[in-house]
Amino acid sequence: MIINHPLLGPRDSEEFVYLGSTDLIDRPTNWEEDASSEDFYQYQYIRDNIAGNHRELWYHEQGDQSWLVVTRNTITHEITNVELAQDVSRAMGRGK
Amino acid sequence: MSKTRYSAFKVLKEALTGHKGWEPTWRDAEPKADGYDVIIVGGGGHGLATAYYLAKNHGITNVAVLEKGWIGGGNVGRNTTIIRSNYLLPGNEPFYEFSLQLWENLEQDLNYNAMVSQRGIMNLIHSDAQRDAFIRRGNGMLFADAGCEYLEAKEVKERYPFLDMNNARFPIKAALAQPRGGTVRHDAVAWGYARGASDLGVDIIQNCEVTGFNIENGKCLGVQTTKGDIKAGRVGVCVAGSSGRVMAKAGIKLPIESHVLQAFVTEGLKPVMDNVITFGAGHFYCSQSDKGGLVFGGDIDAYNSYAQRGNLPVVEDVCSGGMAIMPMIGRARLLRMWGGLMDMSMDGSPFIDSTEIDELFFNGGWCYGGFKATPASGYCYAHLLATNSSHEVATAYKLDRFRRGAMIDEKGVGAQPNLH
Repeated sequence: MIINHPLLGPRDSEEFVYLGSTDLIDRPTNWEEDASSEDFYQYQYIRDNIAGNHRELWYHEQGDQSWLVVTRNTITHEITNVELAQDVSRAMGRGK
Repeated sequence: MSKTRYSAFKVLKEALTGHKGWEPTWRDAEPKADGYDVIIVGGGGHGLATAYYLAKNHGITNVAVLEKGWIGGGNVGRNTTIIRSNYLLPGNEPFYEFSLQLWENLEQDLNYNAMVSQRGIMNLIHSDAQRDAFIRRGNGMLFADAGCEYLEAKEVKERYPFLDMNNARFPIKAALAQPRGGTVRHDAVAWGYARGASDLGVDIIQNCEVTGFNIENGKCLGVQTTKGDIKAGRVGVCVAGSSGRVMAKAGIKLPIESHVLQAFVTEGLKPVMDNVITFGAGHFYCSQSDKGGLVFGGDIDAYNSYAQRGNLPVVEDVCSGGMAIMPMIGRARLLRMWGGLMDMSMDGSPFIDSTEIDELFFNGGWCYGGFKATPASGYCYAHLLATNSSHEVATAYKLDRFRRGAMIDEKGVGAQPNLH
């Protein structure tokens, strides 16, 4: 697979480390509340496990060490969009 | 269909009478209008084994196995055929040892030649720390009466002179062996269980994809399929690899990601190895099939996939693992490679459990260790479906174990499914 890095252009996926769904950006912020244990359980362990277009986090370990959000079809492996994770994170109203 | 008992006498008789007396191994069925006591979704090894043990152990024979394609066309038909019970943790080891005991009696039980070959498995040890870890694992195996054998480097070298004992990066220091481990003819497992279940009255329905579940007031009443709605007293989903897709139809999310695992076979070679050998410093496991091909595999491709095909970087990774311990494979040509879908769970261990929906049950999360578990998985799932309680060796395989902090994490890598 070739990942079209927004800053560096097309790079082989071998240069990257895969983490998982972009949902992992959205870590619960209510850790001081008792109710947060259920939120953290959902965040940490439960997955949508999508068959189709999946937004996922890739880390460019062998390159510029940026985190990317890659939209990839899990049935065909076709990559349709690549964004910098910090841009996605900010758009979600979180820090970088 | 009448039951045909297979034997040497039967083969001889058929040979002398023109092979006119053979009958289909199992009966291809269509859905019954008035439904079933139990519907198993998924006609793979685990689903067929579940149907067989439901009928045999619990007398529940009004059972249908629904399969989207043809039976045995999923992971039971595309694995590296290894059986073993060399696990460490108490939640796992008794289950896998029970499975190995069922393998040992499988062919007599099913009257079907599954070519169960207890040729032994040998895990190579490459460092002092790994030696300590494997000795601990060996003790765990002894606790479960699984048996094991610790081999010094000298013994390993004597038995398998082709191993690269003094590899600069991964020297072989010792090995932990389980002589009772081995290989099984994987397709025959599906066919044998299908025949056993079919003979006891189970309907095996192929080309019947489940497209939805009929759920009312939190209770599952049956399934919607490409062959129409089918009523059921109880539904057991057993579709590892596609668990995410199927359970989503019931609105249930799982602690599972689907990943692709590749496997490989070389051209046929003369006999070179009589057991299963695994690399301890990377991920590589290999045995030689009766046709002579070296059958091997390694890591999953590490990203979510439902594609049943992998990518080249993992091919290189697996082959370099093989080269590190047995450089002789460098001269062999790769004949075939293929990919299958794995339910990668959050701790590397499976689930055999009820769900939040009444009368809907779930079996999955087998990561890439499902084949060896086939008999015990079917046995324990049948027990759960018949009695609504977990079998004693499968009590740890609950879906809510992460909520309770009761993970069964053999590798200790945490909730990172692509690392298990």
